[in-house]
Order: sequence, then structure tokens, then C-alpha cells
Amino acid sequence: MVDSAANLPAFLLNDTHGNPLAFPNGRPALLCFVKEDCPTCDLSMPLIEQAYQAFGGAVDVWIIGQERAGNEILVKRHQLSAPMLDDSALRVSFNYGIEIVPTVILADGNGIEQRRFIGFGRQDWQELYATLARIAGVSAPTTDWSAYSESRPGCGSKSVEPGIAERLIAEAEGSPLRARRIEIADQDDVFEFMFDQGLTDGLPVIPPTPERVIRMLRGTRRDAQEMVGTCAPNYAPVTIEKIAINAVMAGCKPEYFPVVIAAAEVICTPEFNIHGVTATTYGATPIIVVNGPIRQRIGMNMGINVFGQGNRPNATIGRAVKLLVRNVGGGRPGEIERAAFGSTSKYTCCFAEFEEKSPWEPLHVERGFAPGDSVVTCFGLEGGPCQIADQTSRTARAVVGSIGLGVESSWHPKTHNFGDILLVISPEHVDTIWHDRWTKEDIRRRIQEVTARPLRELLPTEDYGGAGALPDQANQRQRTEEELNRKIPKFQSTKNIHIVVAGGPAGKWSAMFGGWASGIYGSVPTSRKIEEVP
Amino acid sequence: MSYILDPTDERVPIRRSLSRRPAAITGTVALLDINKARGDVMIDQLKRRLNERLPGVEVKSYRKPTPAKPAPDDVRRRIMEESDFVIEALAD
Repeated sequence: MVDSAANLPAFLLNDTHGNPLAFPNGRPALLCFVKEDCPTCDLSMPLIEQAYQAFGGAVDVWIIGQERAGNEILVKRHQLSAPMLDDSALRVSFNYGIEIVPTVILADGNGIEQRRFIGFGRQDWQELYATLARIAGVSAPTTDWSAYSESRPGCGSKSVEPGIAERLIAEAEGSPLRARRIEIADQDDVFEFMFDQGLTDGLPVIPPTPERVIRMLRGTRRDAQEMVGTCAPNYAPVTIEKIAINAVMAGCKPEYFPVVIAAAEVICTPEFNIHGVTATTYGATPIIVVNGPIRQRIGMNMGINVFGQGNRPNATIGRAVKLLVRNVGGGRPGEIERAAFGSTSKYTCCFAEFEEKSPWEPLHVERGFAPGDSVVTCFGLEGGPCQIADQTSRTARAVVGSIGLGVESSWHPKTHNFGDILLVISPEHVDTIWHDRWTKEDIRRRIQEVTARPLRELLPTEDYGGAGALPDQANQRQRTEEELNRKIPKFQSTKNIHIVVAGGPAGKWSAMFGGWASGIYGSVPTSRKIEEVP
Repeated sequence: MSYILDPTDERVPIRRSLSRRPAAITGTVALLDINKARGDVMIDQLKRRLNERLPGVEVKSYRKPTPAKPAPDDVRRRIMEESDFVIEALAD
């Protein structure tokens, strides 16, 4: 028995004859929430009917049924004369916070709750009858209480069933949703509709129904209307709700949602420059790397086929970010998105670092986060990746030398003094490198060493063209011998060589995501800590 | 009947119309180099031709720091304040 003195929400419901009944209406009321397929409701029904017969002159005894067809069955099964109110829309059940049926609530004439109990309790009913008798000024009806068990648990209310609860939250006053609702006619195929409206990336998307978006929002504690930034090229406001809608469309589960939010925060930063990443004819795209405990918790792939298909969080987190850029930012191919070729990475590109296989500090720790933090880092680089094979080297010096030759082709082999690159070293190459106890810094230095070329070899010629040493683009002026002989490494700095470990246990290949414009001239690799949601 | 939530920014695009074309080119013409490789070659050639054909018109050159980002506010403001016309060489 729960005694309380709360104001109950007012409602207006029709009985089975279509008569509207309003609560509160000045008379005390006994509100009995039931559903047809609940045995405990069946057990309670004769007592409710008996209460109506005995006390109905002074108290409204109303049965509030949760299914229209089930209500009619209950009326017939129990020969009910007590009014059966239709709450098949479940709004009253939702507003009353009904989780179990039967729930029996006694209210006074002003709608103030006097007592409430859930399930079946013989003593609850006995006390309720005594109270009703006192209110009505009549004797309680004779009841064979020995025919009833002492107690019996109730059943789950329909208003808290999966799918229904989310709809009710979405429709309720105070709903966190503010996005425009788009009506889909019965004769329309929602999947085709979304293609026709230009909302997809060319693959079908999950329709972002209010129920699904409510479920997605449960993946974060942040307010649905909080703005995380603006997204180019339209510089449109990006709210948690809009991220959730696009995450639903991409196929994310709510537990991935904090990763999507963190990635969205990154792409909204001026440093990441999603405008340029989207608009460049070169075909850059956000390459998303996830570090920390959340990788394991949501089941991300960091091993076999790490850049390939088949893993839901990898596939859908990256897709959610790209859909966000498309739908909220307005970055659509043929409009502001101008890539000559693009790549399949423009659908999605997200993976986790295989920290457990790495002898080195993982990416996020190198970037200043704690090992126990979960962190997303986005790179505005060319998709791909391009793989670098070396099955013969048996020393760190040799295998990293090979990798250096491979990464020199980023953008163009003759383009030196270049920006960022993301190098992904496979477990077998890690074994070879770590056998000689090389650090990440050793790897970076070796890459700079093997790629350093005299300027004269980098200048465009009639045979090879080439971009030369950035940022001195034209390379047309006369140079001294000393300048021409000066060796220029591939990258501006060892800091531009970003290294992570990932990939399957077998395979002597590493991989690189090649560069696009970097630093203040392009995109700066940017990280954000991922919200911990227990 | 079912509903989905709008995944877009829900903004109605602003309709813009072209400025009225003047009968003659007078005053100052701005040339904006977006800083792509060899863009300056084309811009310089354009400047020479404008100087030949429109000797009474001043031609001023501007440059974006990087082609990968929109022109900074300062560059746009200076072009607006100092020029009557602008020619921008777009990428590629």
C-alpha cells in the first residue's frame, strides 16, 4: 500500500459506449488500470465490479483498459457494469507513471491521490473496501476473502513496453524532441521517401522515428537541445537531437552515441575545418580513430578486416558523422562536396586502435589524455587506406625503411615538407619493430631519414612533373647549389606522423591514410574525450 | 500514417539575386587569388589584360591564406571597402 497526497493528472476518456468521462469531477474516484492478458487483473475484476455495485452511488469506480479489443473482452468475460474507459492510446497510463497492472488508485473529489496499490493484495482490498464504505456511508459488501490468495504480483503495463514507452515520451508534454515531424503517408514507402528527399548517402537508412530517436537519446546524459557547434558548409547549428536523428539513420545503437557526439564536436571545430575536408576536390574525409575502454565496451573492431565491412559500431559511427555533415551541414556531392574521385571511406571510416597489441603509448595518451579515458580523434585525410607490403624484413630498421618508402607516395612522391599522415602498423610489423625495442619516435625519425631527398630531385621536370617541396609551390625561381643539394624529408615534422596499431594477427603489411592540406592551411587532427555513460 | 524526424538543419535557403550589372567598369577591380598552385599565373595574366583594356581602372590583388578555407573576414571586408568589382579564381 502506498499512501500519498499528490495531485493526479486530469484526463478525459471515453467509455465503451463512447461517453466522455472527465477526471476529476468533484466525486471521489477509484481508478483501476488493467489490461486483458493479465491474470492478476482477471483476479481483481470481480472485486472492482463489486465495488462499483456497492459504492458507485458515491464514488466513480472506473476501469481504465489499455487495449480497445481487450477492454471489450474483459467487459464480456466479467459481465461488467462498471464503466470501462478506453486508454488504448496509453497517454493516461503514461502520465500516471503506471508500470504494473493492475494499479488501483483512490482519489478524492479534487483529484488528490488518497491511496494506491499495485498487483493484488488481499489486505489492500480489504482496507480499500473499508475506506470506500466510510466514504459512501454504506456497509461493505460481503466477500469470501478466503477465496483470494494473500497476494499476487501484477503484469507489466503496456505503457512501458519497448517501442511504446518511447512513443509516449516523444508525444508527451515536455518531450525532449523539437525537430520537425515529417508525415509519411500510408501509401508511401518510407525508405523510398528518404531516398527521394535526398537524406541518404546512397544506401538505405533506418527511418528516424520519434521512438528510435528517444531511444538513441538515452545513450547520453546531455540535453537534447544542447548545441555542440555549427557544421560547415552551411554553418548550421548541431544539436544533440540532430546528431541522434542522424545516428539512428546510420544504424547506431544508443551505446555508440557518445562516440558519435564526440566526433561531431570535433568536426564542428574550426581546427578540423570540415568545410575544406568536404569541399576539396582531392577527396579527403573524416578518418575517425577511437581509443580507450569504450572500444571494448561497444565491441569495436580493431583486428581482422579493421577497415572493412562487418562490424556495426565501426560501420555506423563513421556513417553517422558523414550523414550529419550531409544533412545538417549541407555537404552533398555535386554541391559543396566536390571530390573528383571520393572514396568508399566517404560512406564511413571509423576504427579502434588495438591498444592491447601495442607496446607503445596509444594515440590518445600521446595526445595528452589519460589511459583510462575514451577518446575520439578525427583526421581530415584521404580515405583508403593504401597498404604497404613488407614480408621479408626481419629488423625494425628494414621494415620501417620499407614503410618510409611507402608513405613517400602520399599526395605525390615528390611532394615533401608535407603535412599529416596516419600510419597504421599491423601486429606482425609491430612484432618485428618491437623485437628491436624501437619506439614510435624511432619510427618517425627513420621515416624522415629514408624519405629525405635533395631539393633538386623534388623539382618538377619535363619527365615527371610533381608538386615539389611545399609550401614553395611554384619552384620556378633560380636556386643556389646549396639549396638544391639540401635534403628535405617527406614531412614538415615528426609530429605530422601519427601512428596507431590495428589489424589482424597475420599479415606483414601496414597501411597509411594519406595526407591532405594540414595545419592552419587545412585540417588539424583533433581529439575529444568521449562522455562516460554507465 | 507514420512520422520521421527531420535530419536536416530545417532552414529555408535564402534566395539571392545577382546585383544589377553596371553599364561600364569604373573605379577599382579586386582580383582574389585563392592560393591554389599556379593560380597567381592566371590572376597576373588577368591583371595585365585588364590594365591594357581598362587603363582608367585600378586593379588590386588579394590572396586567401589557404584554398582549403573560406576567405577570412578581414580579406572580405577589405575587398568590400576598397573595390567596386571582384573577380575570384575558383579552385581547379
